[in-house]
Amino acid sequence: MPYVVTEWLAEHVELPEGLTAEQLAADLVRVGLEEEGIHGAQVTGPVVVGKVVAMTPEQQKNGKTINWCQVDVGSHNATDDSGNPVPRGIVCGAHNFTVGDEVVVALPGAVLPGPFPIASRKTYGHVSDGMICSARELGLGQDHAGIIVLEQHGYSAELGHDVTPGTDAIALLGIGEQVLEINVTPDRGYCFSYRGVAREFAHSTGASFTDRGLESSLAAPLPSATPDGFPVEVADAAPVHGVVGCDRFVTRVVRGIDPQAASPAWMQRRLTQSGMRPISLVVDVSNYVMLDLGQPTHCYDLAKVAAPLVVRRAAAGERLTTLDDADRALDPEDLLITDSPALADGEEGTRVLGIAGVMGGASSEVSVTTTDVLVEAAHFDPVSVARTARRHRLASEAAKRFERGVDPRLAAVAAQRVVDLLVELGGGAVDAAVSDLDRTAEAPAPVVRLALDEPARLTGVDYPQERVRALLAEIGCTVVDAVVDAGGDAGVLEVTPPSWRPDLVDAASLVEEVARLDGYDAIPSILPSAPAGTGLTAGQQARRSLARALAEAGLVEVLSYPFVAPAQHDDLLLPEDDPRRVAVSLVNPLSDEQHEMRTNLLGTLLATARRNVGRGITDLAVFETGLVTRPRVGAPAAPSLPGGSRPSDADLAALAAALPDQPRHVAGVLAGELEPSGWWGAGRRAEWSDAVALARLVADTLRVDVVVTADADHRPWHPGRCARLALADGTVVGHAGELHPQVVENLGLPARAVAFELDVDALVGAAPAVPVAATPVSAFPLAKEDVALVVDADVPAADVEAAVVRGAGDLLEELRLFDVFTGAQVGAGKKSLAFSLRLRAADRTLTADETAAVRDRVVAAAAEAVGATLRS
Amino acid sequence: MPSPDPADHQLSDAPSPLDQTALDAAVDAALTAVAGADDLDALKAVRTVHTGDRSPLALANRAIGTLAPADKAAAGKLLGPRRGRVAQAIAQRQTALEAERAQRVLVEESVDVTLPVDRRPRGARHPLETLQERIADFFVAMGWEIAEGPELETEWFNFDALNFGPDHPARQMQDTFYVRGAGAGDDTSSNLVLRTHTSPVQARTLLQRDLPVYIACPGKVFRTDALDATHTPVFHQVEGLAVDKGLTMAHLKGTLDHFAKAMFGPEARTRLRPSFFPFTEPSAEMDLWFPQKKGGPGWIEWGGCGMVNPNVLRSVGIDPDVYTGFAFGMGIERTLMLRHGIADMHDMVEGDVRFTSQFGMEI
Repeated sequence: MPYVVTEWLAEHVELPEGLTAEQLAADLVRVGLEEEGIHGAQVTGPVVVGKVVAMTPEQQKNGKTINWCQVDVGSHNATDDSGNPVPRGIVCGAHNFTVGDEVVVALPGAVLPGPFPIASRKTYGHVSDGMICSARELGLGQDHAGIIVLEQHGYSAELGHDVTPGTDAIALLGIGEQVLEINVTPDRGYCFSYRGVAREFAHSTGASFTDRGLESSLAAPLPSATPDGFPVEVADAAPVHGVVGCDRFVTRVVRGIDPQAASPAWMQRRLTQSGMRPISLVVDVSNYVMLDLGQPTHCYDLAKVAAPLVVRRAAAGERLTTLDDADRALDPEDLLITDSPALADGEEGTRVLGIAGVMGGASSEVSVTTTDVLVEAAHFDPVSVARTARRHRLASEAAKRFERGVDPRLAAVAAQRVVDLLVELGGGAVDAAVSDLDRTAEAPAPVVRLALDEPARLTGVDYPQERVRALLAEIGCTVVDAVVDAGGDAGVLEVTPPSWRPDLVDAASLVEEVARLDGYDAIPSILPSAPAGTGLTAGQQARRSLARALAEAGLVEVLSYPFVAPAQHDDLLLPEDDPRRVAVSLVNPLSDEQHEMRTNLLGTLLATARRNVGRGITDLAVFETGLVTRPRVGAPAAPSLPGGSRPSDADLAALAAALPDQPRHVAGVLAGELEPSGWWGAGRRAEWSDAVALARLVADTLRVDVVVTADADHRPWHPGRCARLALADGTVVGHAGELHPQVVENLGLPARAVAFELDVDALVGAAPAVPVAATPVSAFPLAKEDVALVVDADVPAADVEAAVVRGAGDLLEELRLFDVFTGAQVGAGKKSLAFSLRLRAADRTLTADETAAVRDRVVAAAAEAVGATLRS
Repeated sequence: MPSPDPADHQLSDAPSPLDQTALDAAVDAALTAVAGADDLDALKAVRTVHTGDRSPLALANRAIGTLAPADKAAAGKLLGPRRGRVAQAIAQRQTALEAERAQRVLVEESVDVTLPVDRRPRGARHPLETLQERIADFFVAMGWEIAEGPELETEWFNFDALNFGPDHPARQMQDTFYVRGAGAGDDTSSNLVLRTHTSPVQARTLLQRDLPVYIACPGKVFRTDALDATHTPVFHQVEGLAVDKGLTMAHLKGTLDHFAKAMFGPEARTRLRPSFFPFTEPSAEMDLWFPQKKGGPGWIEWGGCGMVNPNVLRSVGIDPDVYTGFAFGMGIERTLMLRHGIADMHDMVEGDVRFTSQFGMEI
């Protein structure tokens, strides 16, 4: 995001004396330019002007020659034995200076970018009492070929600079400044420039602003296009959304630039402080104008370009090596700048020079021999540039600006600024020939109608009408009152936004401008009264209840990421055809392995359990609720639909049909001791029944009756210790029990870990909508009967219990299986199940005959259902 | 210990068991013995010796039966009160000794109540879940309702309906997880994403419900940020949306101020700064005045908000000239971190039970 160098900003707007980066940030944030960071002064401590008074070259053993220099640093000079000031002795490896030159000296105590602290040190047989600095060492660019000789960098007494030895060089070079980095929202592309930021500063503070993007700010009027201007054609055969890719293309030619000329120190410093690397005069000037005004420009080596330039879409198969040395396959939607070396053969636009608005090509790049340049300042369709930049992953400075919208009126002014700087700094001469292909008038700025009471309708602040007009004018809008014809509305403004504000397209966007310039602090705080609501839904209540029930049962709630690796299905021993292997896959996962969305909660919860175990928490009881994603096989892709109008019911149905099912599940894992050992005695390890009990607890909490049966074929559970939970209609809602020993081993969990997972949505859907129907509590005496039934060992207890309940009938108040016994007494292959029945009638005391009859019915029912006999 | 057999001795010496002097001596001896009985067993022995069958008082009683009828009344008058005094003394002593014993048992049964008693480890709710419930409670208390939507969402609901055009730079700001299409090619478009914000619930709600609408939506969202101390690819937001006639930014600010106080105490308040979101216009960043900020009270970024963009209302078939609305969203992780001084995002997302357990059932 853009950097704001305060002294550069001052060229566009009046700044208060001593404006700090903090204050600048505070001023800008009020109008919506957020601070991203304040970058500290890179150079601190004593860095001063020095005059070289003596230098002795000394050949070193390593083959290098160093200069032993005596440098006058004025008040910072050393003292001799008699206390008289003497120049400092400094060792310097550079040779581009001579006695009498003014240089920059970092004295001991200074800190240069790096950070690189300077101290007196012994080197090459001398004590070097400081350092003579190069531009790179001061963070002023990349130049490290030699040290800075001030006069060569444009600092001299003749030009009015104070270069007396001992003068503070930080102030002289302007390198002590803090630099503000701001965050520009996508609607404010114009703030990717000093021009834009300065305007916003003026809005915030009322400071006097000079718009240097307007022709009127130039010293001389802009030249008009001439017939002999460099020929340019726009031949866009495939406009994106019907918008021709280029509606403005200005060219200028500057000849005779000194190829050796470097950009001046001040420009290199400003570029460096703004986060750009100085490269060469031509490139630096182009970048400088872009940062200054917001208009990307491009300079071609005129000798390498053949007229005419043709702006066209790429052809299939075309390639280009861009300035970053990447060889890129071009897409037919990419807009290109091409030239015409084969014009003699009647062919135009055959050679690709660059990707329009994104990046130039290497072939026409300016080089160390370039003397004549062709300057391009154009305006490209933001959508086309955005798509191309995204396609090639080329977020260049130019693309950043074009995709957010560059002022289409700016091109000619920016080209003139480039020309002026090349002439001034490079000794070039500008051609009178100018080309300006300008189709911007074909799409005039829209006129937005704004009712004068609209700002109040949206913000609650009753702005005076004159204030609304004035604020809109301040941001550059043309504001006129709408003509009130017969039946027309009074109090409506017709507002034409300025060319640099493509984001102002409707009344609401103008209201934002009014509110933001007036200040959001002026908006009062009023609590609205919503109509009476109906509270949480039954499902929302149910989810709270079950989470609370599990936590109260001793489980700790955790959250896990839903991203899983397909290998996890193998760890869980899921069969190849298991529907849980059918997962949604991400195009751009954070980890290449974990590219699937979970289809069950247990996989990610077990990973969380393992992390805890790895941290030494081996007695563990955790649960999680969350969505799982279950794609529907063969579901169509979602349709691409525009925003801004309600889709048809058919389109909405198509959107719904494309979404995978995303049921909410709850899962829990228990491992190690559920009840800890302690001074009271031995603890109790979690076992399969705890998992089933918790699953039943969830169902009971939601008032859903579930049927439990054994399930030998549902991994990751143990084939002999897995309970399937189903609704009365047979719908399976989950599983619980002990995990398969192989899964426990695969995941590195404590032995005999147990788990459950349930479909919460299915349970909530099955929960009765009617309130609990209360049964009266009988105050008649209780009768107890115990019955021990012998059945085959493989008969499920639930079947026996069901028969007992059926046999006991209405008199049964409570049933408890209090003993399960196998052994010689009941015979091989048999087991005894002992039930205690609590019987009670609603309306009488039960007689002994009645309770005996219940007992007989229970035995008969169990005999019939599961072949049970009464244990003798 | 009382002498075991004074009565026998007296009996053998005395001419009559009803001798008054002998009786008084027996009573005195009994009372002395009762007073000297210092536990219930001793008292029981005293009772046997002094009131048992062979005791002087019992013998005297039996002797009355042998007297002439005319003498019986006088003898009874002589013996009755004396026996009564002894019986009463024994009963009183019995009561006192029983009370003493009960007291002693309570002392003997005392335990060390500071022993650890956590035989059943306690569970806990994850604070992010608890906080979402508290937030929901806050909005429900204002009459709002809690809306929900899918986490894997269509691009239309996540972007287009919210005025993010297909080529809008903001669509790229969101660091979106894209879902692979079901087709043959690797990059077949499904037009599905993991929702980057809870805002698609705005459009879903407005399509489903009758106006006016006042809803909040806490939920999970996804961005392609690697996990570090302040970022997580999976996090939670709460979305608020109100669409009604006559709503303004003043109502937005009122709601936010009220919410801030509910979350952070009576000193909390909010500040709006101009910003940009495609689905609101005007848009604002919301700062929270946070009295407990490290290094002193100050403003902290809390979320984004604004007036619902007319294009969003049009996308769901609502006339923006008749209705206005406001919307806001803030990160729940950030709210939790601020509220509880949590320094590192890792703690909240790694599922370490030691983190959750600090919070118990309420926050």
